[in-house]
Amino acid sequence: MKTLSLFILIVCFAGFAWAAEKSLDPSAPDGLRKGGTLTETLPAEPIADEPRASGREVRNWPEQPPVIPHSIRGYQVDKRYNQCLTCHSRTAAPEAGAPMVSVTHFMDRNGQTRSAVTPGRYFCTQCHVPQTDAEPLVGNGFKSAEEVIVGEGEDSK
Amino acid sequence: MKRLRHYWSLLRRPSVHYSLGFLTLGGFLAGIVFWGGFNTAMEATNTEQFCIGCHEMKVNPYDELKTTIHYTNRSGVRATCSDCHVPHDWTDKIARKMEASKEVWGWIFGTIDTQEKYEEKRRVLAEREWQRLKANDSLECRNCHEFEFMDFTQQGPRAARMHANALAPGQDEEGATCIDCHKGIAHELPDMSGVHQR
Ligand code: HEC
Ligand code: HEC
Ligand code: HEC
Repeated sequence: MKTLSLFILIVCFAGFAWAAEKSLDPSAPDGLRKGGTLTETLPAEPIADEPRASGREVRNWPEQPPVIPHSIRGYQVDKRYNQCLTCHSRTAAPEAGAPMVSVTHFMDRNGQTRSAVTPGRYFCTQCHVPQTDAEPLVGNGFKSAEEVIVGEGEDSK
Repeated sequence: MKRLRHYWSLLRRPSVHYSLGFLTLGGFLAGIVFWGGFNTAMEATNTEQFCIGCHEMKVNPYDELKTTIHYTNRSGVRATCSDCHVPHDWTDKIARKMEASKEVWGWIFGTIDTQEKYEEKRRVLAEREWQRLKANDSLECRNCHEFEFMDFTQQGPRAARMHANALAPGQDEEGATCIDCHKGIAHELPDMSGVHQR
């Protein structure tokens, strides 16, 4: 009798444990860190490397803000100072060997060209970032204009 | 007054009780003790702990330094406040320390005891450092970084181009020095309107 009740108790506990594990720790949705369960903490991926100099990259469409081909670690861009403009401003660009910011950056919201970069374009990293060596998190079916045009040409053939 | 005069005449009289040897040796030993103490004080006031002992330096320059390469980097070499701000050369060091007494005054009377006041003063303070580093050809930077030993193949192409053009001996027409291009290397910069940063 005694052994039987002990046996039942053990079976119950095992059952509970199994059920608890089943229901309380479901697998996690596949977010930035794939796999694992809700209560598990998976180690983060190593931080993507920012190349010191990657060379200028072809833009995928004409209005694309170009990616920054160098590291910008520690660059100050705030109300007091904009370090990007020490090389990319109209006056500094030739000596620094850097491309000048595009003329659109001098246009205010009425399309009026101003003498200095307008506040709407002042914070460079809103649109421009260095390209890191990170793996893309999601697939991307983007086709450049050239690819689209070539594709159409093939269709009509 | 009478007592003072008594001591004065005592000082002027040749020694009666002590031998010349004792006095010389005693003076020598006292000299060592004082000199050691003096230098210890100099050392103590050169530590980062001392620099950030006052609130003004801890919340502004120190916290800003913490995010930069001179606080944490690949090789684990640190630059502390005195590495960049106190000359190594003895006379210059003493001069800087004497100047610093004025800063103690400022601390006691709260010249920059709020964030706003610090921000207001930042340009003045920064300019003083730029001037100093310009005048000594960025000596404090060169104590650790020297053009002679820069390996351009290891530097980023922009860095190598700039350094080769501006720092190489003989090419240095405008007299470029580190601080001309590397302002804000350790702290946030003030409002820079009108400052020529290369
Ligand atoms: C106590 C020595 C020391 C002093 C003084 C010093 N530095 Fe440095 N500096 C370093 C070390 C160490 C590094 C990091 C090297 C590494 O690991 O890549 C560094 C890195 C740098 C970098 C590279 C920044 C980057 O993002 O890659 C620059 C620029 C620089 N220092 C400029 C200066 C200037 C300008 C001064 C003078 C105001 C100065 N340093 C004073 C030790 C020093
Ligand atoms: C003509 C301007 C100029 C002068 C003068 C100058 N530098 Fe630089 N330096 C640069 C530029 C531009 C970079 C690249 C900056 C960046 O990556 O943000 C750079 C980068 C560096 C780096 C990082 C190297 C790398 O590969 O990224 C160090 C260290 C450095 N400078 C130290 C110094 C020291 C020390 C002096 C004075 C002896 C000095 N620089 C003088 C313009 C200059
Ligand atoms: C790598 C060199 C370096 C180190 C390390 C450093 N400083 Fe500076 N500091 C500078 C330079 C250069 C300036 C001139 C302003 C500028 O270019 O940012 C400056 C400016 C300042 C100013 C004037 C205000 C300002 O923001 O410009 C104060 C105050 C100051 N430093 C305090 C400190 C203290 C305190 C420490 C230690 C926690 C420290 N600094 C460490 C290089 C350094």
